[in-house]
Amino acid sequence: MVTLLYFARLREALGIDRETVELPLEINDIYALMQWLRARGNAWENELTPSGPVRVAVNQEMADAATPVADGDEVAFFPPVTGG
Amino acid sequence: MTIRIQAEDFDAGAEIRALSQGNPSIGAVASFIGLVRDLGEGGTVSEMTLEHYPGMTEKALREIAEEARQRWDIAGIVIIHRVGPLKPADQIVLVAAAGSHRGEAFAACEFIMDYLKTRAPFWKKEHTPNGSQWVDAREKDDHAAARWT
Repeated sequence: MVTLLYFARLREALGIDRETVELPLEINDIYALMQWLRARGNAWENELTPSGPVRVAVNQEMADAATPVADGDEVAFFPPVTGG
Repeated sequence: MTIRIQAEDFDAGAEIRALSQGNPSIGAVASFIGLVRDLGEGGTVSEMTLEHYPGMTEKALREIAEEARQRWDIAGIVIIHRVGPLKPADQIVLVAAAGSHRGEAFAACEFIMDYLKTRAPFWKKEHTPNGSQWVDAREKDDHAAARWT
């Protein structure tokens, strides 16, 4: 199982803050995971474009499209940060 | 090194005093306080909500403080960032760095703020009479952070 977290504008656009999913075997990096989630359609397809402004963290470290994803990982999707 | 994320307000004076307490080798404490402004992208801000990523945000701040300590001779660092609902003029963030001399303290303080703004997972949502909107990331913050690489 992989835990998926969504924050801020992305959380609101997708209507969910967290979920756990069983990944198909062929989904082993962030790029593939995003494509897999985008197949849900609507907001998922529009928000999770790898070329878009979405940021990704794997196990609480900043990641990119090529970062591997494996069972037990925590993957977070969020917009560019605006603290301070 | 003090790193806290909290909903409550903080006493900047007490935090800054505590940084140098009992350490007479400290000759300089530089600090920055960020406040909620009343004018946002969507008009007059009545309230602001700060969201963070529990776990990762603390970790990111610790890494930023650690990097500052590697770059400059710094004896102590405080980072306090508030989350939850805030009002205009409320304090959002305190960063302070203590060292032997002002140059290192100023530099560390500015570095931490620049990195915090571009790397620590916090998100601001502004509430105005025209509705609520998430604040967009600013390119000039990326430029500010790029100075240090």
